[in-house]
Amino acid sequence: MQAYIIRRILLFLPVLLIFSVVLFLMLRVMPGDVVGLYLGLEEDSPPLEKEEADRIRAQLGFDRPIPVQYGDWIWDIVRLDLGDSLSAGRSVNKVVRQKMPVSLELGVMSLAIAYILSIPSGIFMAIRQDTWADYITRVLTLIGLATPTFWVGIMIVIILSREFGWLPPLAYVQLWDDPWVNFQQMIWPALATGTSSMAFSARITRSSMLEVLRQDYIRTAAAKGLAYRTQIIRHALRNALIPVITLFGLAVTNVASGSVIMETLFGLPGLGQEFLRAINTRDFPLVQGIALVLAGWVLGVNLLVDLLYPLIDPRVKYT
Amino acid sequence: MATVTDTITAQKIGTAVGGYLWGVVTGLVSFGRKKPLGGISLLFLVGLVTVAVFADQIAQDPFHFDRPARLAGPSWDHWLGADSFGRDTFSRLVVGSRIALIVSFSSVGFGAGVGTFIGLTSGYFGGKFDLIVQRFVDFLIAMPGLVVALVLVAVLGRSLMNVIFAVAVLSIPGTARIVRALALSLNQTEFIMAARAVGASTPRILLRHFFPQVIPLVLIAASGGLGGAILAEASLSFLGLGPAPPTPTWGAMLSGSAIQFIDESIWIVVFPGVALTLTVLFVNLLGDALRDVLDPRLRT
Repeated sequence: MQAYIIRRILLFLPVLLIFSVVLFLMLRVMPGDVVGLYLGLEEDSPPLEKEEADRIRAQLGFDRPIPVQYGDWIWDIVRLDLGDSLSAGRSVNKVVRQKMPVSLELGVMSLAIAYILSIPSGIFMAIRQDTWADYITRVLTLIGLATPTFWVGIMIVIILSREFGWLPPLAYVQLWDDPWVNFQQMIWPALATGTSSMAFSARITRSSMLEVLRQDYIRTAAAKGLAYRTQIIRHALRNALIPVITLFGLAVTNVASGSVIMETLFGLPGLGQEFLRAINTRDFPLVQGIALVLAGWVLGVNLLVDLLYPLIDPRVKYT
Repeated sequence: MATVTDTITAQKIGTAVGGYLWGVVTGLVSFGRKKPLGGISLLFLVGLVTVAVFADQIAQDPFHFDRPARLAGPSWDHWLGADSFGRDTFSRLVVGSRIALIVSFSSVGFGAGVGTFIGLTSGYFGGKFDLIVQRFVDFLIAMPGLVVALVLVAVLGRSLMNVIFAVAVLSIPGTARIVRALALSLNQTEFIMAARAVGASTPRILLRHFFPQVIPLVLIAASGGLGGAILAEASLSFLGLGPAPPTPTWGAMLSGSAIQFIDESIWIVVFPGVALTLTVLFVNLLGDALRDVLDPRLRT
């Protein structure tokens, strides 16, 4: 077990390292001159501006060989310094520190909503198998899987504003400044982000619940006269949830992708919105910094799920 | 004399082709009987492909500005209304279906091809090669897909080919993993050992012995990934990093200007979303049906 944990953690680093190399190379070999694009230089710009660009390039260290640049970047990261953004006066660290809480809150909320809604509906579908209620809920989950999250977000905004004449407060308010206003702002994007994870885990809950309900120990529980509620919740659900928990890592990956869309759509100042802005303004140090942070988070959660798995399911033993 | 044999051969070929086509038709009918939902989905998809192929005949000019019809709701002139420039929504949806289908099919095809190659070689050779390749696969599986695709399109530039490539990268790891697992177990089977024993070359073993075995699983993985590919393209377009404008795409129809005008007309955002959802829904249903029919593990 210990050997497994150590090996698993050792494998975590190479994956992150591969990501950093690929990301770095991609952003460096890209056609076009980063600094030139950044300054908005044209082919026929006056030589003075070109000199200026060279100066900035030297200042940012972009004129050095790529392996040296990479080594420098990684060495800084080891010391927890993500480098400087191209826009003046902002270090990537500062941006991440400022924007991370918003994305984290959005992620936690959407995962919470997804699981709170999906597990009961999964159980419901399983215990009402092959009834109309089961069919309707199943169709709903299928539609949920097929609907683009950004469209769900747009429709939520439309329904709220047209039918109820209500819009979330515009300027973003921090959680600790006014929790209620913050909640009103976060709940809708969180709901939209969670749609596909919700539909997915409801379907998994249903199928694993159906499997568990056919087991002998459930019949035993019924035979000894346990209340139906106890059979379902204490005996069946506990085991049925194992695959659902395994999918947590996947859900986190989904939410990370969703945050880029939802933060842009709802104007939340989070990491995803900043990432898209960095891409559009060609702020590559910021792009690689945020991408690395997002990747680190997702990989970390996946690692955690893997390590916790034997605790959740004692039948699983790693060797 | 020669002409007589020619006609006879032609007739033979004719009946052979006819028989083959008839076989395809009866196969599809029995698929539809066994899996009604799959059959309906297949019909929908065939219909959509037809619409995409004949888009120029079906649609009016998707770039024509009909000023008086700005933000109009559905009407006889504009079946599904018009956008903020007075462009016909129905026509733009019809033309946009091309992008959705081209991107999803070619990226999934490309991704499945590369994934199969990676999975086969990784599972067949094993050892250090497998270990290193699998780290790349791990990495691709664990990455948030949209983040990777956004970086790729940003770096390569906005074009149809680059969007296809970016979406294709997302569908490589799933196929690679499934194929590798099967290749690992095939390594232990007697017919592969026999092939090795008689001295078949590695490419021959991989192509003639492994490949036919993994086709069903690759088809399942590919059809399962099709819906995700459509959504990925739509998300990229929505975020402004899809195929370059003015090409109408379903995702781009929902972005930017569309959201500004929702107070005046909800139709401009309703219909593209419905088109996307319906298409992905039917593609997913078809994938499920295919899996039920093809997956040897589910066969009873």
